[in-house]
Amino acid sequence: MKHEITLVVNGVRRTVPVESQETLVDVLHDRLGMPDVRYGCGEGVCGTCTVLLDGSPVSACLMLGVQADGRDIITAAGLCREGDALHPLQESFLRHGASQCGFCTPGMLLTAYDLVERRSLPSRDEIRYTLVGNLCRCTGYTKILDAIEDYAAMRRAEKEEQR
Amino acid sequence: MGCAPFDYVTVDSFEHAAQLLRTYGEDAKLLAGGQSLIPMLNLRLLRPSVLIDLNSVPAHAPIITDGELRLSALTRHRSLLEDRLIEAHAPLLPMVAKHIGNVRVRNRGTIGGSLAHGDPSAELCVAALAVDARVDVLGSSGGRTLNASDLFVGYLTTSLEPDEMITAVRIPLPAPRTGWAFEEVVRRGSDFAVVAVAARVRLSDVDGTISDVALALGGVGDRAMTVDAPLLTSAVGTDGSDESLDEIAAMIAAHVEPFSDVRASAAYRRHLVAVLTRRALAGAIARARGGASHR
Repeated sequence: MKHEITLVVNGVRRTVPVESQETLVDVLHDRLGMPDVRYGCGEGVCGTCTVLLDGSPVSACLMLGVQADGRDIITAAGLCREGDALHPLQESFLRHGASQCGFCTPGMLLTAYDLVERRSLPSRDEIRYTLVGNLCRCTGYTKILDAIEDYAAMRRAEKEEQR
Repeated sequence: MGCAPFDYVTVDSFEHAAQLLRTYGEDAKLLAGGQSLIPMLNLRLLRPSVLIDLNSVPAHAPIITDGELRLSALTRHRSLLEDRLIEAHAPLLPMVAKHIGNVRVRNRGTIGGSLAHGDPSAELCVAALAVDARVDVLGSSGGRTLNASDLFVGYLTTSLEPDEMITAVRIPLPAPRTGWAFEEVVRRGSDFAVVAVAARVRLSDVDGTISDVALALGGVGDRAMTVDAPLLTSAVGTDGSDESLDEIAAMIAAHVEPFSDVRASAAYRRHLVAVLTRRALAGAIARARGGASHR
């Protein structure tokens, strides 16, 4: 069954034809050609396909594309600043060596981004708890935690300055 | 591989969904949060011909009415963690919700979906039993209300008719001096519970002894289950001494008939039932006494 959906992806309105059974990750990766949204497990366990749906992390493999009609989607590429400049969270990942093969990195970034926006200065345990659904088979997680802690502290300082 | 083809229909009322279920029969599946259904579609464990999406049905905020906390079936797990009314009147729900899946599952998954899926290890199935929840059910020929304890009948199987769905969850407002606790063991964070135990304890207004106990178990059978009252009666009228809780926990562990699977052996599950029952009862008693928060 064919549908035509309109969604906003990283600030750009897109109209896409989708089949009922296509998941959101199919639509973003295959139809819209976005390499930063990746199919991992198809069960919502690994976190590789994490995107922000109206600002909150969801598994793009566990939503149908047709359900994203009229919704706002942010992918890892959407974190980048103007002119493809890296987001400070991405900079922190680079600085700490928190990415090796990079397959899990988009999901890690988006989950961490949401956590820091919601919780301001999360404890290391809170970061660990929140990242439980994002699997990394390279880094052993320590550097990822370091990168997020560092970014959260930076973001907090930035917010306090704005006050 | 991905899902096999199906048709997709979105509805804006439970009534409309019930009509469609009547039309399409067992070939149709209801889509709520999708955190269990879509994995099953992706793995082609299920091949429905039609998916009926409930996500556009308006989900009312939690309300208190007729001495009950009433939640829309479409209340997402995240709301269980954030809603103040739920925190105040059903603190067991946020306690268990933080153990559900991961942040993405909690952002999408719904309480009605979890109960209707009926996983024997699901935190919310265990919690629903421990709080004596009832569910409002709607089918093409009308509505009914049933106890959570009558809902789960077997592995991923409920007593819902093929054209019925859960529309709301009702939780009786707790008596004063009631405490709850939830304990589970998982092989790794976010995994399904090997064994999960939820306890509810009420203390007497007169002398502070235990006046009522309820206990629910997950992961020890083909469904979430309530512990038979006679196994708990020895606690009533006591102050819940360590020895008496040990005794009750041992008795319940001897009584359950757990299974072996990839997660754990039956013997280990039996051991966990004793340990977690003991902890859950002690935790619920402490909270009923006001000694510990439910967070």
